[in-house]
Amino acid sequence: MDGRVRGGLLQAVAPPLRSAVRRLGLVVPTLGALLVLAFALVHLAPGDPIVALAGEHGDPGHYAAMRAKFGLDRPLPERFAVYVGRVLRADLGTSFVHGRPVAAVIAERLPATLLLMLTALAVSTALGVALGTLAARRVARPEDFALRAASLLGSATPVFWLGQLALILLAVGTGLFPVQGMSDARRPAVGVAHLLDVLHHLALPALVLAAGELALTARLVRTGLLQALGADYVRTARAKGLPEGRVVAHALRNALLPVLTVIGARVGALCSGAVLVEAVFAWPGVGRLMLSALLARDHPVVLGIFLLVSLGVLLANLLTDLAYGWLDPRIGRD
Amino acid sequence: MDVAPRALAAGTRTVARLLRAPGGIAGLSIAGALVAAAVLAGHLAPGDPLAPVAPPLSPPSRAHLMGTDDLGRDLLAGILHGLRTSLVVAFAVTAVSAPIGIGVGALAGYRRGVVDDALMRVAEMVQVVPRFFLAVVVIALFGPGLDRLVLLLGLTSWPWIARIVRAEVLSLRTRAFVEASRGLGAAPARTLVREVMPHALPPAVVIVSLNAAAVILLEAGLSFLGLGDPARVSLGYLASNAQRFLRVAWWMALFPGAAIALAVLAWNLLGDALNDALEPRSPR
Repeated sequence: MDGRVRGGLLQAVAPPLRSAVRRLGLVVPTLGALLVLAFALVHLAPGDPIVALAGEHGDPGHYAAMRAKFGLDRPLPERFAVYVGRVLRADLGTSFVHGRPVAAVIAERLPATLLLMLTALAVSTALGVALGTLAARRVARPEDFALRAASLLGSATPVFWLGQLALILLAVGTGLFPVQGMSDARRPAVGVAHLLDVLHHLALPALVLAAGELALTARLVRTGLLQALGADYVRTARAKGLPEGRVVAHALRNALLPVLTVIGARVGALCSGAVLVEAVFAWPGVGRLMLSALLARDHPVVLGIFLLVSLGVLLANLLTDLAYGWLDPRIGRD
Repeated sequence: MDVAPRALAAGTRTVARLLRAPGGIAGLSIAGALVAAAVLAGHLAPGDPLAPVAPPLSPPSRAHLMGTDDLGRDLLAGILHGLRTSLVVAFAVTAVSAPIGIGVGALAGYRRGVVDDALMRVAEMVQVVPRFFLAVVVIALFGPGLDRLVLLLGLTSWPWIARIVRAEVLSLRTRAFVEASRGLGAAPARTLVREVMPHALPPAVVIVSLNAAAVILLEAGLSFLGLGDPARVSLGYLASNAQRFLRVAWWMALFPGAAIALAVLAWNLLGDALNDALEPRSPR
């Protein structure tokens, strides 16, 4: 008896831990592979950085001295080790344009992008769960068909097009919303007025970014809920005479698991969507920084953003896996 | 029955089911129309789509159905040629990713064990790489071009195909007809190719179709950021051109984006309908 209880407890705790270990076992090699990839791309790229720095018709001795100064005369493995060491210390190099550490330049722009992405994520999840539940409860009725059509259209619509349409219809023509930026530069405000100004600027870009994710979330909730509503425990709950609202709430908890995994899997898409939305609405975040870095050939910044997004996607996957393991003990037992 | 006729019969059945679903009909006809428009772009809109033909920023008219852009270029011509670029990229990416995905999936599912573990680990690693940003880095470092874009998207698209094929092969390998083939002394490769694969491939087509839709969106996003091939018209480039003229030329923003959405919708509809046709009882 004692043994069985302990075994049960172990089993209850072990799956998430095991899957965490398995996951971490995947995170480290993936991180390594990404660093190799970034390093290899930079070194395979055409153009000699020393020639770019010292000019084309320089003295060979000067070139050699420059190479030694930047460690470019060392063997490749050694240079890779130095590179990895620097990245692990959050040293992503120096921006050619800003003349400051890349990490600092990105960190400056990160809050604006996080505000945009987290708002979009919250809006799309909340609305998606609500609409998906509505569709599942009214399956094969007009609401359901409307939602399915809208979600098909929503997932096919390029986010920058939706942004342009929103600008034409709601900002340029009517003046209901500001056309660009994060705050009104002509009328600088402080305190609550500033907050309202930012929210006013945030509304359109966040809704546009949320739209694509909303379509997907609503579809997932609908499918998951329909499956859950057909399960035995739901029939039991109904047979016990539980009110329908409670039954749905019951089933919804299981239906939400796929939504959780998708949030992890969609972080990459959300990031690329944010770049495009920032381009359309001139939102002063990391995406705009990437665009200006692309134009200025500021490669360290572009690479730094790539590594940051990769790390974000990796962590989001790890976190959702862990959360999934805790919420659904059946996962990771095989 | 031989492999080819059997696959053909299964294919015919699937297409028949596809044609009974409204989504399937819509997907097939939109996709067909878009492919035809892209193939015939040179005939429908002869000449250089980047050459000015009318006053700049003319609204849609009988002569120029979708209007002209800021340099007086016909927007319809640009869209037809841009559609060609989108579809070329989508097909080329499929041509790179499908053989890898099918091969890896078949090998992993049929061999199982260490081979399976190793291959699926690699697939998981590739799946977490943010493709869009990797493409941005590659184009930033190596310059724009369709070749590297296709290679990059192709080499990052196969894991989804591989996983589906693997799952199918895993469930098929213990089925009676597969065991019968093995029992009759057929070599593993022969059993895999002649008995297992004809049944494992249709679900892969679903993923291939959905991936084509994703690739069209990715390419459009990249060229919207100015990372497309400057020698070719692309829908994303046309849309980004519209950005400065939202106030004065709504048509410049409306039509390129609509063309992208239509293409993505067609391949999504096709993938969904195909999925339903293959598994009629799965909840939609």
